Amino acid sequence: MSRANTLSRRAVVAALLADRGDLLVVAGLGAPNWDATAAGDNPLTFPLWGAMGSAAMVGLGLALAQPKRHVLVLTGDGEMLMGLGSLASIGVQRPANLAVAVLDNEAYGETGMQATHTAHGVDLAAIATGCGFQRSETIREMAQVEALRARLTARQGPLFAQIKIAADAPPLVMPPRDGALLKHRFRAALLGPDAALA
Amino acid sequence: VSAAPPHDWPADIHAALKAAEVRQVAYVPDAGHARLIKLCAGDNTMRMVPLTTEEEGVALAAGAWLGGERSVLLMQSSGVGNCINMLSLIATCRFPFLTIVTMRGEFGEFNPWQVPMGTATPGALELAQVIVHRASEPTRVGDTVAGAARLAFSSYAAVAVLLSQQLIGAKTFGK
Repeated sequence: MSRANTLSRRAVVAALLADRGDLLVVAGLGAPNWDATAAGDNPLTFPLWGAMGSAAMVGLGLALAQPKRHVLVLTGDGEMLMGLGSLASIGVQRPANLAVAVLDNEAYGETGMQATHTAHGVDLAAIATGCGFQRSETIREMAQVEALRARLTARQGPLFAQIKIAADAPPLVMPPRDGALLKHRFRAALLGPDAALA
Repeated sequence: VSAAPPHDWPADIHAALKAAEVRQVAYVPDAGHARLIKLCAGDNTMRMVPLTTEEEGVALAAGAWLGGERSVLLMQSSGVGNCINMLSLIATCRFPFLTIVTMRGEFGEFNPWQVPMGTATPGALELAQVIVHRASEPTRVGDTVAGAARLAFSSYAAVAVLLSQQLIGAKTFGK
């Protein structure tokens, strides 16, 4: 690891989701899912339990379908590395209402903390810049997280943030596991009860 | 007596997708999809989403449906193999999913590298809990896609329409 990363993942996610209003959230599998749930289980969060590599593209489909709403994809470095091509596909669409925030602990946290490519210097923020994201940054301080939070609803996207966090493992806080339930409650909260009649 | 003009089945697919209110058209190009891609790109009710790899389109379909829109994934049979784990998202959440797959590696194939995935395509889709329909006759393509779209979006099913290589013609590489 290049240098000590001190940000707490739970504090980062709590800050990003504070007073979230009608923000739509896609949480990648593993710890980002638990972090989002720890900040408060919410029907407008779609937490992934599998389909590794899908989070950014689920966010893109949602952002394109809901151009008036703001979408935040919260995922991990391992998950993002598996879907790197999706950054290029987002770069083609350039939705102003989409942000991708990668909680980068430089490790596969669910499988024994093996190093990911970011531990060896692979720069996700630079990749996002190269893919045409409107703004891309590496975050190491809480003040930068707060500034990102303010930009989530500013329609300046697509935004990308690689947030360097400590490689800790806070307690698991799990949302429901039933995918059909997660889908239904999200659509009902976003589209109203008639969504079930679509 | 001149031969009848070839049936414009890509136009029938476009019409079926439009009637089904498909708004997001995700694709990895294939020669067999070229005319359909052009027709969809010229339709201002459809947004074209080019992908770097096919499984991105599976995830996009989930996000689109969460947001209240319908999508389709256009790909070649070789792309089906790229989608397998991502299809667990569709199966476990019961997302509607529609894909139109141009077949390679079957009737009249010149390139042996296409044969293994082409041969595995229907079985791989079925193992991943996708319902497989096949269209081989030019005049039946439109109805097949319309029926598949209704099955997908009204019955919340995962459905693939395979367009036979007999329909699209085998790539000859000038040989």
